[in-house]
Amino acid sequence: MTCGVRPFRAVLACLLLLVALAFASLARAQDTSPLISDFGGANLRALAAAVEALAASGDERALPVLQALGDGNLYETVDGGIYIREGRGAIIDAATGETTTDVEPDDLRVIRINNALRRDIRAAIGGMTLLSEDDNTRLRAAREMFSTADPANIELLDEALAQEDNAAVRRVMEQARAAAILRTDVSEEDFAAAVAVIAARGDRQALGILNANLANASEAERVNIEAGIARINQALAIQGVGQNVWYGISLGSVLLLAAIGLAITFGVMGVINMAHGEMVMIGAYVTFVVQEIIRTTNPGLFDYSLAIAVPMAFLITGLIGVAIERGIIRWLYGRPLETLLATWGLSLIIQQGVRTIFGATNRDVGNPSYMSGAFDFMGIAITYNRLWIVVFSLVVFALLLLVLNKTPLGLQMRAVTQNRRMASSMGIRTPWVDAMTFGLGSGVAGLAGVALSQIDNVSPNLGQGYIIDSFMVVVFGGVGNLWGTLVGAMTLGIANKFLEPYAGAVLAKIIILVLIILFIQRRPRGLFALKGRAVEQ
Amino acid sequence: MTDWTKYKGLALAGVLGASLLAAPVAAQEGEPIKVGILHSLSGTMAISETTLKDVMEMLIEQQNEAGGVLGRPLEPVIVDIASDWPLAAELARRLIEVDEVDVVFGCWTSVCRKSVLPVFEELNSLLFYPVQYEGEESQRNVFYTGAAPNQQAIPAVDYLMNEEGVERWVLAGTDYVYPQTTNLILEQYLKDAGVADEDIMINYTPFGHSDWQTIVSDIVAFGSEGKKTAVVSTINGDANVPFYRELANQGVDAADIPVVAFSVGEEELSGFDTTPLVGHLAAWNYFMSVDTPENAEFIAAWQDYIGSTDRVTNDPMEAHYIGFNMWVAAVEAAGTTDADAVIDSIVGIEVPNLTGGTAVMLPNHHITKPVLIGEIQDDGQFFVVWETDDLVAGDAWSDFLPGSRDLIADWTDPINCGNYNTVTETCGGSDL
Repeated sequence: MTCGVRPFRAVLACLLLLVALAFASLARAQDTSPLISDFGGANLRALAAAVEALAASGDERALPVLQALGDGNLYETVDGGIYIREGRGAIIDAATGETTTDVEPDDLRVIRINNALRRDIRAAIGGMTLLSEDDNTRLRAAREMFSTADPANIELLDEALAQEDNAAVRRVMEQARAAAILRTDVSEEDFAAAVAVIAARGDRQALGILNANLANASEAERVNIEAGIARINQALAIQGVGQNVWYGISLGSVLLLAAIGLAITFGVMGVINMAHGEMVMIGAYVTFVVQEIIRTTNPGLFDYSLAIAVPMAFLITGLIGVAIERGIIRWLYGRPLETLLATWGLSLIIQQGVRTIFGATNRDVGNPSYMSGAFDFMGIAITYNRLWIVVFSLVVFALLLLVLNKTPLGLQMRAVTQNRRMASSMGIRTPWVDAMTFGLGSGVAGLAGVALSQIDNVSPNLGQGYIIDSFMVVVFGGVGNLWGTLVGAMTLGIANKFLEPYAGAVLAKIIILVLIILFIQRRPRGLFALKGRAVEQ
Repeated sequence: MTDWTKYKGLALAGVLGASLLAAPVAAQEGEPIKVGILHSLSGTMAISETTLKDVMEMLIEQQNEAGGVLGRPLEPVIVDIASDWPLAAELARRLIEVDEVDVVFGCWTSVCRKSVLPVFEELNSLLFYPVQYEGEESQRNVFYTGAAPNQQAIPAVDYLMNEEGVERWVLAGTDYVYPQTTNLILEQYLKDAGVADEDIMINYTPFGHSDWQTIVSDIVAFGSEGKKTAVVSTINGDANVPFYRELANQGVDAADIPVVAFSVGEEELSGFDTTPLVGHLAAWNYFMSVDTPENAEFIAAWQDYIGSTDRVTNDPMEAHYIGFNMWVAAVEAAGTTDADAVIDSIVGIEVPNLTGGTAVMLPNHHITKPVLIGEIQDDGQFFVVWETDDLVAGDAWSDFLPGSRDLIADWTDPINCGNYNTVTETCGGSDL
């Protein structure tokens, strides 16, 4: 029973705390290694005390030890030794900073921390690195101080500001100082200066600080703060529009990728292909398999895994597409209902097949380093994976356009779609063209799968989530027209993202569906209707 | 309980002796007792439920090696509800009427449970439901071995409020009955605790939602107003991976805006690199990382059964483990598998759970559980940062909803009612 253990644990915690505090008071006078050894066997409360004591000690080993603890790289052994090890690197004795070979990696147990400790460590490191040599380290430290806004740091910030010559770091330090000053009782003059510094920062955090200080400002100051708040709000509103447009484009590019293969199989050939989503899913699984092979054979190539997966996915799903066309669909031309049912059945078979081979659970597809993280563009957070997917979808679109308009295969495809019998009598092998067209559409779906593996679950259900959206895009854009698919996808993406903040994700989707229904009522052939004789058949 | 290692040894001996029949089935005679397993093995929910089917098969196999129940062997009857809820009701009926099972272990979603409930009531059979759920229900034929809201959601919010000092709350969920009801309870709970309306943001998304850009940036905006903010996530299985990916990509740090999830466990994290998520939280009644001998034994048995050391264990699996052992104990106590006899004998049955405590079946057909809060680690496991001092008794009817405040469930005499109104002292006070 847990309750039986509890009192004992509590006593232990108190004891450790006392020990830690006792050492803390002695620390300045002596070596820090007892302080560092406090990290061993401590519970979270004792760890917090140990962190505080070590940070206050001013010892040169404090910084690397705290950094290691924060990153989860600090280990303990059963006999009370404390070691630092980054990944699979060398084991370093935490107290001396020297590499040691006395310890087996298997004996190391990682010292776990929680969020509260992580914050303490970050704040402590901020305090220790504010006077660092490196610009980026100082910038990080200043940012940390801005978010903690602890009045105790003002002195340190003044000291740092006196010797700071990097403008960007200086600005953040000033902001951090201002944020801290606003938490103290200051003269009206200092208050006004601090408010001005914060207002100039102009982001959401600044807004939060200004809002919090509105209540305890004097009449005269209130006007200034309100003006600052209004200015920031206006800037944020403009940013919000930009952000929605970007999110819309990004959602649109995902829709485009998912739909563009269907624009060929359904749009050009007129096959209602319910197994389209499963081609996307197979593309994602190809990425998984490629990454798995790279992980076991050559981990150094991991960043190239997507580059390898793209042609593989295209080839594999393309071949499956050809097989489907030859095996099933060619017997069903001119019978849309049967095609729908047959491909629907096929999609269930493929899903269950993948589930049997790979298991029902999600598979882990990693993001290569260039697809992780985000950067800030005029206040809008742009994530790399979304950016690359936008680029990728446009490249796929351009290539497809090229294939359809500039290659003999494209010419034959268009000829067969427009008038099959005439094309046939001109010597085009129409069954071959059908197979190739279906293969191309399926291959492009496979490419979409590679991209979607970066943002979505890789599970047997992956395709189901996209099939309805894909049909929606193709029908809305105009069947048989690639440009229609592009415009349709982007329109739906952006409209969705502008509706979402007001209506919520669920309602936004419903509104979009209703709007499409109304639109199709007015223009049954979609945005870009094909004109001419071909349509009348 | 079952001394698993011993029987593993015996089983091994049986295999070595090249005679499968020589394995310890000697004690078993008579007609087998049929145990229904009602989980989705295909469709959307297969991702979570396939594991539960496997764990049930393992438990039944172990029990048979230990001599079965009442000296009779157990025989699993497995059906696939294919994530199709009307089908679940049909299959439940078939299990009970055609296959004549004595007990059913199954369902994951609340909608599945709701659709099979009338069948179990009508045919008077037993259902063990292993997943945390929204509460507001207690049925005579159903045993809820997952957490009620007071065993998961409320303690998690308490932890964030008291230990992390959270003042602003985002309640994000998938748009269906469990998140809606849980958020209703939490909203009332937060307001009772003095949280202002403008400090609560509620957000629902469709099933399988994959584009989280807007919502995550809304959360970031909501959290940058100077007050400590946390996200309470009742987002369902499939949508979680893209959600966490977007969090990681937009740089939401757990030390600044922690996300506490009620539907994300070891299994959900296993298809995912969790390095950017370190520090986000989950509240459960069991974690694979809990260091007890019972748990080590269970994990070893599971990985041995499934044939892979990569497979993880999770909370609903523990719930099935507890539920199954309770049923076995109740049948042994009653001396029969008859539903009415088991319903009478099971209340008060105590079995060990995997976290070092005991689970007791309460008169309201819920069980006692410890509540653990864990932080996600970079290996996809959880590190327990907080736990309740004592076991928490499952409360079927929330104290924080006006309609259910006065209701209790008690399936023992003299009350014998799932929604007994303690004020009017009548049964059938409300059926929310």
